[in-house]
Order: sequence, then structure tokens, then C-alpha cells
Amino acid sequence: MPKLTINDMEIEVEQGTSILQAAQALGIEVPHFCYHDRLTVPANCRMCLVEVEGGPPKPAASCAMACGEGMVVRTDSEMVTDARKGVMEMMLINHPLDCPVCDQGGECDLQDQAVGYGFDRSRFAENKRAVPDKELGPLIKTVMSRCINCTRCIRFAEEIAGTPVLGQMNRGEDSEVGTFIGEILRTELSGNLVDICPVGALTSKPYAFKARSWELKKTQSIDVHDALGANIRIDVRGREVMRILPRLHEDINEEWIDDRTRFSCDGLNKARLDRPYIRDEDSGKLVEASWDEAFAFIAGKLKGVKGAEMAALVGDLAAVEDIVALKDLMGAYGSPNMDCRTDGAVFSAASRADYLFNSTIAGIDEADAILLIGTNPRYEAAVLNARIRKAHFERDVSIGLVGERCDLTYPYHYVGPGMADVEKMVKDYKGKMKAKRPVWIIGSGVFARPDGAAIHKALYEAAKELGVITKDWNGFNILHRAASRVGALDVGFVPQGKGGRGFASILEGTKDGSIKALYMLGADEFDARAEIGWKCFVIYQGHHGDYGAARADVVLPGAAYTEKDGIYVNTEGRPQQGKRASFPPGDAKEDWAILRALSEALGKTLPYDTPVQLRTRIVEEWPHLGEFDLIQPAKSVAVKGAGKVLKAAFKNPVKSFYLTNAICRASDTMSKCTDAFKGVDEKMLEAAE
Amino acid sequence: MLRDEDRIFTNIYGWEEFGLKAAQKRGDWDKTASLIKKGRDWIIEEMKASGLRGRGGAGFPTGLKWSFMPKEPSERPHYLVVNADESEPGTCKDRDILRNEPHKLLEGCLLAGFAMGAHAAYIYIRGEFFNEGSAVITAIEEAYDKGLLGKNAAGSGWDFDVILHRGAGAYICGEETALIESIEGKKGQPRNKPPFPAMAGLYSCPTTVNNVETIAVAPTILRRGGSWFAGLGRDEKNAGTKLFCISGHVNQPCNVEEEMGISLKELIEKHAGGVRGGWDNLKAIIPGGSSTPMLPKDICDHVHMDFDSLREVNSGLGTAGVIVMDKSTDLIYAIARLSYFYKHESCGQCTPCREGTGWIWRIMTRMVKGNATVDEIDMLWDVTKEIEGNTICALGDAAAWPVQGLIRHFRPELEHRIMEYRKMVA
Repeated sequence: MPKLTINDMEIEVEQGTSILQAAQALGIEVPHFCYHDRLTVPANCRMCLVEVEGGPPKPAASCAMACGEGMVVRTDSEMVTDARKGVMEMMLINHPLDCPVCDQGGECDLQDQAVGYGFDRSRFAENKRAVPDKELGPLIKTVMSRCINCTRCIRFAEEIAGTPVLGQMNRGEDSEVGTFIGEILRTELSGNLVDICPVGALTSKPYAFKARSWELKKTQSIDVHDALGANIRIDVRGREVMRILPRLHEDINEEWIDDRTRFSCDGLNKARLDRPYIRDEDSGKLVEASWDEAFAFIAGKLKGVKGAEMAALVGDLAAVEDIVALKDLMGAYGSPNMDCRTDGAVFSAASRADYLFNSTIAGIDEADAILLIGTNPRYEAAVLNARIRKAHFERDVSIGLVGERCDLTYPYHYVGPGMADVEKMVKDYKGKMKAKRPVWIIGSGVFARPDGAAIHKALYEAAKELGVITKDWNGFNILHRAASRVGALDVGFVPQGKGGRGFASILEGTKDGSIKALYMLGADEFDARAEIGWKCFVIYQGHHGDYGAARADVVLPGAAYTEKDGIYVNTEGRPQQGKRASFPPGDAKEDWAILRALSEALGKTLPYDTPVQLRTRIVEEWPHLGEFDLIQPAKSVAVKGAGKVLKAAFKNPVKSFYLTNAICRASDTMSKCTDAFKGVDEKMLEAAE
Repeated sequence: MLRDEDRIFTNIYGWEEFGLKAAQKRGDWDKTASLIKKGRDWIIEEMKASGLRGRGGAGFPTGLKWSFMPKEPSERPHYLVVNADESEPGTCKDRDILRNEPHKLLEGCLLAGFAMGAHAAYIYIRGEFFNEGSAVITAIEEAYDKGLLGKNAAGSGWDFDVILHRGAGAYICGEETALIESIEGKKGQPRNKPPFPAMAGLYSCPTTVNNVETIAVAPTILRRGGSWFAGLGRDEKNAGTKLFCISGHVNQPCNVEEEMGISLKELIEKHAGGVRGGWDNLKAIIPGGSSTPMLPKDICDHVHMDFDSLREVNSGLGTAGVIVMDKSTDLIYAIARLSYFYKHESCGQCTPCREGTGWIWRIMTRMVKGNATVDEIDMLWDVTKEIEGNTICALGDAAAWPVQGLIRHFRPELEHRIMEYRKMVA
């Protein structure tokens, strides 16, 4: 533990800490561009120079120099000030003075640091260098003349995203960052390049020239595009979501988010349901209606329908409040038929440990062996995939895959396609496992087949035998894909009691007439027109005109995740609070409020009038949902599941990363991505094989 | 003046064959095994005693450098890397060693490699040295044939391999860590130090990078004793002999081995046939390759050619590439051309060097015509100071120094040029 002095302040730091980190710990600002605490250190921007007394008579790059015992460092000496001024001048001589038309303006490291450490004028009288822009695909806009060659983007693509296509071409002042022979940048994490670029060289293409950072209202919220619950910031102007940025959460997303989360926000303005609709019985078309008309229509249709003839489904984007309100409404009718697993998955939800990501996401950093079962984490949770990749490259953790082969951006050992291979592995490795902290990541798609429950049981038993589940370690992880899923399972939105019917049975019932009314809360993940019987009365409540609304007899317009306060429980079982950033469009309302109003129209008034009362009701029954950002440990008990495991191989459920929910499907940007990356994906898969 | 019997490179002019037979006649590979038998510590001590300083330009004591390699062998192999990427304008000493005395280099590799516990040496030769590379390859093959390299090299009991690696002709790959990157197959860009190559160099293993001349003189030093070498030269800090490369406006440009600390005037008069048009026709001399600041005639009159004397006059010995310029020379244009060279060869990693070398070149180009203001001379000085010392490697310094030398000694000439231009334009 070296002790050193920086600007007359003493500090003791851990071995290997850089001077820059030590200075930051002391609250001393050291300007820098190329240094990023999650990337390797190239020390090429030379902005972080400091004076180390007793060393060579020139300044040292503080980001690359480790603290030594008894070092005396100055960050405020004349040598340092001069060096900074010099470097800043060099940084700016070829940087275009286009801040007024640059999207980075107002949140630009170069702007800020130039004010803090530079000259007040330029002495450069020559022509500035111009660099041709590069085509990186539909998400990243490049203005390469602004590039200061810090190489952060190159290192991010190579080290975090695992797609080493970026590089520095040519040398000297002709250096330019580009992709190898004009390839576009294919990674689910490309949006993060916009964040790490300290200047305006890489900016968001969909957001180009749309808004200035200082005119945006910023709201801290939670992402719903996958089940990780990445922490995000929603930037809104008026009621329009202009962009979405990541927030730091070390245990979930570090400081990254994937491209769906970041760029699908234009989908929030497209194909929105902004008023209630009633299907006209003669023409078969949806006709605009008022709330009162819609409620009256529903009340009329539900008259005489018994509880057992009703059913409810919850889609992927619902908040816990909405789900509980719907569950209470169904309870008022005495209906036991409800399910949240609209991908058709069947698995035990008896104990929370059955369906959680038990090791926690941060637990990946402790794992010493990882087995992926029936999942492509790159598509199902791209940020998690980056963490697995980190485990592989930083700690040499070995990774196995059962299921479909895919390009994961890191090498893996292919075990086999199905359950039989898991069983063979258990036989081979039983008692010989060296790993102390093995982790199994089981894609929720594994259970989306008739023998799901049997697979769940078989996997649990296999995991138990191999020591994946021990007294002090539970590496049996289910990786969900839907933000609503764990919350819905936590509040028990599954078939109630013995007579309750699940997803498959409900759909069956709509066809044979035993289910007469179906309430769909944002359920868009299956083809409702094909799967639901024509005689069934369908109420769809949601925010997008997608699969669900297309089949509905009544459409009730709800709020998207940026337009309501709500609790979301991520795949680890961590409740987090999403915040309202703007208001729903037109007549649309927050979802719990719709259910509350409808219940009154139906004569089954729910006992809460405000969101606070609803939350109080939720916390009373499920106290853990009120403790935000805390994971209540779940005790692992034997999984029960009936039936026999079928021979079929595991299939990856996500075929198109950019089109996984109603918001994405409405987004222009996401469609562009799908088109642009189609060919690249096929080529990469070939290369991987 | 160096006596003939103290000359190390007896075939530097290629009057004899470079092959093994001729080399052995000149004394190479003579009882190499017995030197190795004396042990690692003896070799390093003898090198320290000789006072040999690195011949690549920086002048770091060689024995000390070798002693930095870890003593205890670990799982990681040690490497010796020979820097034959001689690209400094005005320098051509290594070239003659490579084509005329390659066996001196190979024997030096074995001895130095043994002294630092390395079983392999890489010779990184610049791509343009095609014929020189071929000579080295021939020499390596001869040495392997005769058992001087390979398993039990030269009967010493030490296994030793030498690999020739051709570069692609980038000046920056002469910087030791950029050279290592280049051998590893990456883009030649200098690494941050620390860690120094002695801790983590080639393939992250302990590595020592030495200049060709440094390694090539080692066998003779060890054979004749460190005290012999230390006895030559001006003082113990500037000891031994040195190859000087004299080019430019002299009557007979040449490479010559001389004692360290010989006076510059004597060097040129004795060996290069004097300055074209006589010593009084001299304008300036760049004493140590293009990176070192130039010296005006009044300093050249009395300066001695060694590390410390040249440092005292704000220049450096560098690679001892002496570039002589007589009064017909347009010094501003000469330095502008050098600025272009550094602009072209900057690797582009560090901001000050990437941007600054181009800026300097552009200002210098205007200065050549005089299309500038007198203030800009001060600004130019400022710009060179902003680069110097603020970069990862020394290329930034090397780009700054020649310009600083020009301003320091020939500022009136710059100002005169500006005035002339103004008159012309007006």
C-alpha cells in the first residue's frame, strides 16, 4: 500500500493505483481524454500530465504511472500548467470550430477542458486538417475531422464489445480512426461509443440535430427492453423522448446499455394508441370511442360471464402496479385463469429461487466457470454478455454452451444441442469439478415448449449434482427476456389454485369457447389474431398498435414505460423504480388508473385511488417489492416438475435482436438496424463456425 | 587519433569478405566459448568497466542496461533484440556493420544474450536494408552451419538462436518499444514506460534492446578487456571508439571509427578531406544525426565529439551522424526538410507530436520563403517546447530540437528572410 503526496495532501492507495486515480480520490481534477476507467490505458492524449518530483525533468502521464511509495506529485505546478496548455493547444489546432452545429456541444469534454485548461485564442494560422467521415451503420454518425485520436472507441469495440473492427489507420497527422476495409460496426453495444467519445466525432445518428443537451429534461429511470433492468436516463423535450442514456449501476449495467434500449425511443412516438377503440361488429374495424363508451361496452359484454370463463394475460413491458391491479380485478371476478409467460414457457414458480438469476449479475465477476444453456446472451441481454466476455478475458473463465451455436464475441466450448448433452456432462464431470463458483445461465426460452416443467426439474437436479447449487452458492440462473416477468411471477400472476389455466390452456379455451373473455395487458409477444379464438371477447390494454391491438374487440390506450411510474423487478429479483419522464399521448392514461376506472364501471371498484395507496397495498403483501435496489435472497428448494424431457434441441428464442417488443417494432431506427446488419450477421456466423 | 591496432571494425569499408572465414581471420568468433565460461557476472562487470554507452543515440551505459535483466530465470524467456532499424538521417554506421561485419554482430548477440540469460535474439532490420539483410542471413546460416549458433552455440554449452526480422521502413520502429510492437506484428507505436522492456518487453517477457554497434563492439571489448576500451576516449564517461558518419559538404564523406572525444574539426579535416572550400567556408554542423540541434561554426571550431561535450553546447552525440553544411546551404530549408521528415514519421499516437510536427513543418515552410512575422519565430519556439518532453517517446523531442537549434543560433537569418520577403511583396 504505497503512500504518496499529491499537492501536499497525503494519500495511501492500493498497489497498482495510478496517480490519476489517486488524485481523483483526493478530489483533485486531472483533465484527461484517452483514459477511461473500464478500458486499457494508452496514455496517448497527454492531457493528464503531472509533475513527479525527483523523477526525470519532464511531466509524466498520470493515467499510466502507478503510485509509488513516497512519491511527491504536483498537479498545479508551472510545469504542469504549461504542459496542459501546450497539449490543449495541439488538441485544438486541427479540431474544427463547429461547436454551434455539433451535437456534442454542451456536453463535450474537449469544450469543457479547453475552457478550463487552454489558451483563450488560437495561434494556428495554417489550414485545418479534414478527415473523410466513415460509415459505421445506422446508429453512429461520424464527423471524423473532430476526432482527437484518443482511441477510446477502438478500445471499447475491441475490449468491451468484442468486435475488433475499429482501428487507427495511417500515421502521424494523417491518422484516422476507421473500420477495416469499410466494414460497418456490428455490435449490440455500439451506442456506447457515443458516450465514450470525448468529442463530437461519434454521435448518435437518429438524434442528430434534434436537440441540445441543455434544453432536455432529464429523468432517471429503468429500462424495459430486456430483463436486466439497466439504469437509464430519459431525456425529454416537451413530451417527446429525445434520447436515452445509461446511468451507472455497477451491479447491473456498469455504464453501458445496448442499442435497443438507447435507440428504440423513436418507437415511442409511432403507432401509439392514443384513444380507446371499439370494434364495430358490422365492418369489423376498430372505431374511435370515448372512455365512457369503451367502459360501457366492456361492462355490457362482461355481463353474465363467470369468473372461470375469464382470463388475463400480461405482456413483457408491464410494471408491477399494473399487474397487481389486473390481478385484483380478476380476483374480484373470482377468475383463476391468468398467466404472464406469454412466450409459452412452463416452469415452476413455487419458490423465487426457481426463476431468478440467483448468482446475481455481479456474481458473474466471481464465477470460475460459466455454462450457457439454450441462450444467446448477446441477443437476450447484450450488456450481460459483455460481462461474461470480461470474465473470460480478464480472468480466463472457461465458458460452455448448450443449445444453438452462435457468435458470442468470445470463444466457448460447445457442449451439445440439448438436454441429453447436459446429462452426459453431469456424468462426465460429477465429482471432478474444479470450479468453486460455477454459474449456469439458462435462457428462459428453454422452457417455452411443452416439456418446459420437466426440463426445469431436470436442469435443477443436474445443477445440484454438479455443485452449481451449494450451501453458500447458487449459480442456477434463469435469464429472462421480459422486464415484467419476474415482477409478475413475484406477485403470483400465474394460474391460481388447481383449476387455474395457464397460457396454452387459455388460448385453447378461447377457441373451444370455455374462455369467453380475455384481458390482455400489453400482451404482444404472440400472434393474437392466429392464436385467439374468434368468439372470445378480447380487451387489449397497451400503448402500441401491435399484435394484441390487432385482435382486440376493445382497445384501452395505456402508457409506455417512459410515461408512468412503476416498479420493475429484474431477472435477479431486484425491484427498481421507473420514473415518469413525459405524459402518455392523447387520451391514453397510466395503466393502473385505467384498471381502477374500469373496475368502477364494472361495479368491482378496486380499493385504491392513488398510486401511493396501490404501492402500499403491494408492499403489504410483498414487502420485498418496496425495498428498491435490494435483492432479497431466495432459498433454493427442490424444483417440482412433471412429465418427461423430450429429445428436441434447445432453440434460441430471439431471432432478431432489434425487433423484440412493441416499441422496437414501431421504431424506424430498429428497422434500419435489422436491414443494415442482416448480411453482416450471416457473414459473422459463418466466420464463427 | 585512433591507432590501427585499437580499431574494432577492421572491415568496415568492405575491403575483405564479410563471410565467416574472413571474419575469423580478423579475429571474430575467437574462443567465444572461453568468454562465456567466465560467466554472466564477469561479462556484465567487464562491460560496466569498459564504460561503453549505448550507440543508438541515448548513450545509456550498456553494462548497467544488461544488469537490469532479471537474474533469476523464471517461466518467461528472456530476449535480446538488436535494433538494426537505422533510419536517422545522416547515419549509416550500422549499415556498414551489417553488410561488412555481420559476424561481429552475431558473436555479440551470443555474448550479450548469454549475459542476460536470453536464448534468442531478434535482429530487427529496416526494410530498405535489403542487401544488408541478405548479408546478415548469409552470416547467420554460416554460423549455424559451423555450430556457432543453435544448440550449444560455439561449444559454450549455451543454446542460442538468432532470428532476422525485416521491418517495413518506419522511422518510429527504431524506438525500442515500437520496434517490439512491430516484431509482435502490431502497428509500430511506442509503448508507455514503465514497465520498461527489461521487465516486460517482447511478448511481455524481459527484453533488452540494443543498437547494432553496441552489440558488435562487445566481443572485442570482452576479448581485450574492459580497461582497454575504457583507456580510449576522452574520459571514463566518454570512453572507447565510435563510428562517425560524416556526410554533407565535405570533400570525402565517409564512415570512420575514431576515439570518442576527438575534436570535430580534426574529425572532418583528417578523415573527410575537410569542408568543401575550406574550414572557413563552414556554416553549421549537425553533430549527431538529424535529431540533434545544429552547431554554428564558432562552436564547431573547438567542440569535442562525445556525449558530455556536445550536451554542454545544447546538442548531443546522438548516433554520431555528422552532417556538414557550408555557406551555400539554405539552413532554413534544410531544417524545414527535416521537419517534414518528422511530420511524416510521427506515429500519430500522442497529441503533441501528431499535431505539433505538422504545425512546425507548416510554419517552417513559410519561414523558408519568409512569409511569416518575427513574432512567429517566438511562437515556433513555443510550439517546439510544447512538444518536447510531453510525449511517450523521444520522436517529439527529436522533431523539436533541430528547429530549436536553428532558432538558437540562426535567428538573424530567419528574421532577415522575413524582411526580404516583405520587401519583395511590397
